[in-house]
Amino acid sequence: MSTATIPITFSKKSGATLAPDSYTNVDYSEKLRLWEEVKADIRFPDYMRGCYECGICVAACPSARFYDFSPRKIAQAAAREDVELIYEQMNDDVWQCSQCFSCDRCPRQNSPGGLITILREVAVKNGLASSREALEGYGRVVYKIMTTGTQVSPDMLQPDAFPDWGPDVRDVSENLDLWRRAVPLETLHTTSTSWEVSQQTLIELYLIWYYSDVMDMIEEVDEGLHMIILDVMEEALEDSGYEL
Amino acid sequence: MTTTRPEGTGTIIPLGSIKRAPFKLDGESPPTTDIRETLFELEDAGELIVQRVPEPYVEVTTKYGRIKKIPESTTWHHKSCGQCGHIPGYSTAIFWLNRQLGMDYLDPTDQTSCTAWNYYASATSNPVAQGGVAMRNFAAAYETGYFPIIHCGTSYGHYKEVREEIVHHGDLRDQVRQIMDKLGKPLVMPEEIVHYSEWVHAMKERIAALQVYDFSDITASVHPACHYYKLVKEDAIYDPDIYGGQRTATVTGLIMALGAKVGDYSTFFDCCGFGFRHILVQRDFSRSFATLRKIEVMKEEANPDVTVTHDTGCVTTLDKSQFAAQAHNRNVGIPVMSDAQFAALAMGAHPYRVCQLHWHSTDYKPLLEKMGIDWEAAWIEFEKDLKRLENNEIEYLTWEHVDG
Repeated sequence: MSTATIPITFSKKSGATLAPDSYTNVDYSEKLRLWEEVKADIRFPDYMRGCYECGICVAACPSARFYDFSPRKIAQAAAREDVELIYEQMNDDVWQCSQCFSCDRCPRQNSPGGLITILREVAVKNGLASSREALEGYGRVVYKIMTTGTQVSPDMLQPDAFPDWGPDVRDVSENLDLWRRAVPLETLHTTSTSWEVSQQTLIELYLIWYYSDVMDMIEEVDEGLHMIILDVMEEALEDSGYEL
Repeated sequence: MTTTRPEGTGTIIPLGSIKRAPFKLDGESPPTTDIRETLFELEDAGELIVQRVPEPYVEVTTKYGRIKKIPESTTWHHKSCGQCGHIPGYSTAIFWLNRQLGMDYLDPTDQTSCTAWNYYASATSNPVAQGGVAMRNFAAAYETGYFPIIHCGTSYGHYKEVREEIVHHGDLRDQVRQIMDKLGKPLVMPEEIVHYSEWVHAMKERIAALQVYDFSDITASVHPACHYYKLVKEDAIYDPDIYGGQRTATVTGLIMALGAKVGDYSTFFDCCGFGFRHILVQRDFSRSFATLRKIEVMKEEANPDVTVTHDTGCVTTLDKSQFAAQAHNRNVGIPVMSDAQFAALAMGAHPYRVCQLHWHSTDYKPLLEKMGIDWEAAWIEFEKDLKRLENNEIEYLTWEHVDG
């Protein structure tokens, strides 16, 4: 019977870490800065209260069944403030989470899923390469939600985008205009948005993006997308009399 | 009765001898504070406005025994991106039920998405923005005098998270209030955050009273939506008579009221596999999880005629994922729909004009036949509608066409 070994290494600055010997090209001070940013989030004390290391979160976690992913490892790293491991997780692990919050059944009242929300947010805000990669192919969805106020639209249902959903997607795509007109709900006669959103409502949404620094986050991960969204927003706001 | 272990190893208490305290939802000692009390304190301090649940309302019991008010009528319908965009019969069925029960409602265009699907998928947002979006929508509802009712499970769960953050963090509240000031809107929080499936649950006896099809031969499995009962869990509806109060009562309560059988299965707690980002850009995960952990388990353990759930992503993932699995001869093939569609069908709603089942993927026709619904005749009627639309005899199918 073989004995599994856990590769515990020691960093001069951080002490013991369970992180493999990766990301050594990044200064510890930078990793620490990001961790401090995570801890400074107002939600952090509610999401991280310690860890019994019982593994209930792993048992409940869908991503743990299909990926090399463990919400317990995330919680443990945070509880121990293992800065090296947290940095590795921020790069390699957090985008596998399903954000279903099944892990919230934690007997210690942790929310590993919530913690991951914060880790992702810090990764995006700081333009980590992993967040750029994770969002590749996702830009059109960010564009849709930020410019139209709805996340998906009927015209996204194209056979080449959803080949695994079967031939019905082709039926929807080919009959889209007609089928949308055959929905009796007046606000659903749209094809490029989920429902009809008024122009004034959109203006208010754009102002929220402006005043909440979301545009800066987008710029960190996708400058091209940022420019496109900005163009749409600025034109609409200027047409409505807002000076930017 | 006890048996004694060998010396030094303690005493074994046979499991059968343990007397469990009878479970009751008394609401006297819940482990969490009642956020509504804090909301009213903030209102008294002039921090925000609390929009009261309009009368008449139905009182239901939540996880720890507290009473929650579910408005019957005068509701502002906060629609769902995925429902409206990809499975429109979900939304239409909710509104149809409201119309059949004679309720007053608004279907606003002054509503945005909660944007939480994107937030949970990409993290390209933050608590201030999320608070701003939520409070803008709540203010829009308040300005109309109608009370918000949330169609999407994620919007519902996320708004409850946002409520926690805004109530407990004064700095965040101030930041969001400053944005609302710039929009010229008040800072308003509804007295209750209500999911449409809670309204369906509250209306289930009235729905059953208008039932026209016998569902006693129908077996339905329930998938409870994660963001309905795992986020701010104390606010979900529980009933001691349904699963002994150990699981949320929504959806299951409706199925029981309609006289259908509940087909239970062991992986009820598992999510559907939606994953927010996964359903859009990593769908291999969503497909695998939905079929291997949910549909196949249901099929093997309960062999239901239908899976009924109460959220956008759940219907989409569980339904759409089955096509690829079928191609691999997996043990799948369960139609999936919302509780609203299930209820509407029971009440005689048109499967295409109202429930819009042609947007669904897994074969639902055997289910309709078992329900006693002539789907072939219904499809011919709907094709005539489409022809009239195509010929521009009518611009849109309207409620008048549906009701007529």
